[in-house]
Amino acid sequence: MIEALHYTFFQNAIIAAILVSIASGIIGSLIVVNKMSFLTGGIAHSSYGGIGLAIFLGLPIFWGATFFALMGALIIAFISFKQRERIDVFIGLVWAVGMAIGVVFVDLTPGYHGDLLSYLFGSILAVSKSDLIFMAILTLVILFFIHRYYREILAISYDSTYASLKGINAKLFFTLILVFASLTIVAAIKVVGLILVIALMTIPTYIAEDLSNSLYEMMIKSSIISITFTLSGLFLSYKFDLTSGAAIILISAAFFLLYLAFKHFFIK
Amino acid sequence: MKNKLIEVKNLSFFYEKELVLENISFEINKGDFFAITGPNGGGKSTLIQLLLGILPLQQGKIVYHNLSKDDIGYVPQNSNFNLDFPITVLDVVMMGNGTKHQNHFFFNVKYSSFEIACAKESLKKVGMESFLHRTISKLSGGQRQRVFIARALCSHPKLLILDEPTSNIDAKGQKEIFTLLKELNKTMTILIVTHDLGVISNYANKVLYLNQKGYMHDLTTLNFSIKEKEHFCEVELMQMLGKEND
Repeated sequence: MIEALHYTFFQNAIIAAILVSIASGIIGSLIVVNKMSFLTGGIAHSSYGGIGLAIFLGLPIFWGATFFALMGALIIAFISFKQRERIDVFIGLVWAVGMAIGVVFVDLTPGYHGDLLSYLFGSILAVSKSDLIFMAILTLVILFFIHRYYREILAISYDSTYASLKGINAKLFFTLILVFASLTIVAAIKVVGLILVIALMTIPTYIAEDLSNSLYEMMIKSSIISITFTLSGLFLSYKFDLTSGAAIILISAAFFLLYLAFKHFFIK
Repeated sequence: MKNKLIEVKNLSFFYEKELVLENISFEINKGDFFAITGPNGGGKSTLIQLLLGILPLQQGKIVYHNLSKDDIGYVPQNSNFNLDFPITVLDVVMMGNGTKHQNHFFFNVKYSSFEIACAKESLKKVGMESFLHRTISKLSGGQRQRVFIARALCSHPKLLILDEPTSNIDAKGQKEIFTLLKELNKTMTILIVTHDLGVISNYANKVLYLNQKGYMHDLTTLNFSIKEKEHFCEVELMQMLGKEND
């Protein structure tokens, strides 16, 4: 097992796991406290449209996924400001239409697309240098955003009406949270795949929420828990030659069940 | 004239094509304990949102006399909060300051000792000083509502607006909150939305009954005992309901 640490691809995978865990721990916390899990699911799945289109046009898949995820986030943000009470219908629409576009473009492209499976289920061991640069920049920008605007983010997440009364631009911050969520999803797709990305962004945060007294503490704990899960899953996937995304999510789910059992039996 | 805080003149409001408020006029003076009551869907929350500037004016006028946005404290309904949200009393109270004392370019997570002193001062006014670092989900409904009042007091308001502050709170907690509001009314004007006729007769000097149209009553001009006033409120409000059915 230790010899794996000498391989560059494995070192890259560890760095990717840590960077994505920090980003998803922070953004996942915002998604959970703002009750936006379904919404994030919509953004994640809409990115499949970009993957299909990129394969059809012969463009880099990463940029196709990023473009569609960003568009999905902006469309959902725009509709949620206009028709908040029917937002679930529109999220479902973005979710399904994004997937459908992807499927149609993949159908229209001749040949076998091996890359596709790695985007659906993750391929952390195949993470490239450019992927790492994207993840590092994204994580740094998110860290700056959170620390600079923590009070605004806390206020709009807890009580957006009151935050607006106090002169905070709630719509701008909600849109920014969704934009960062879409970029984090694109980064996390490389680690666990788009089918499983929501689990990575919600399971560690759910546990962290339970163990925290503040949003900031929740973000830190969620990132640490997420790092534990992704690294454990990574070692498991290397050892037993399993798909990385599935290994990480199953490890997370197992920890989650253990946590629930522990809480049920030992904590009042 | 000097005592006027807010004048509402011929205010009407539509949600899409549905008329919610029709030609409402009233005045709030300095020192008032002003109650707004009426059935659900009668336009109470719409009126509050218009007064706070959350909704845009469509017809009519609202004139604020020497009253800026920062002079208005707002306490929303108790039931609208996510109880799982990990947040301390200090975090909630500090929201009352907005981003006023935010000085750092990079790190705005921790509060300065000056800010903590401000929060303590507000919490002291509502008897919650010792709860500063407690998680909000571990408080009772009444305690939580007092924290929201402390948040509103943070900016030293001249007018405190409360939207059904005692919904989902037990009788003991309700009494504590109204005793606190009576005390606060010595230094500021209170505007409260409530269904509780007992509260109106015990504490309010003016009541606006709202059911699309508005019916104003100055309770101080009625020389009744509290018991009689309570009875009067019930009879008058019933009559108003009757009037609408005519």
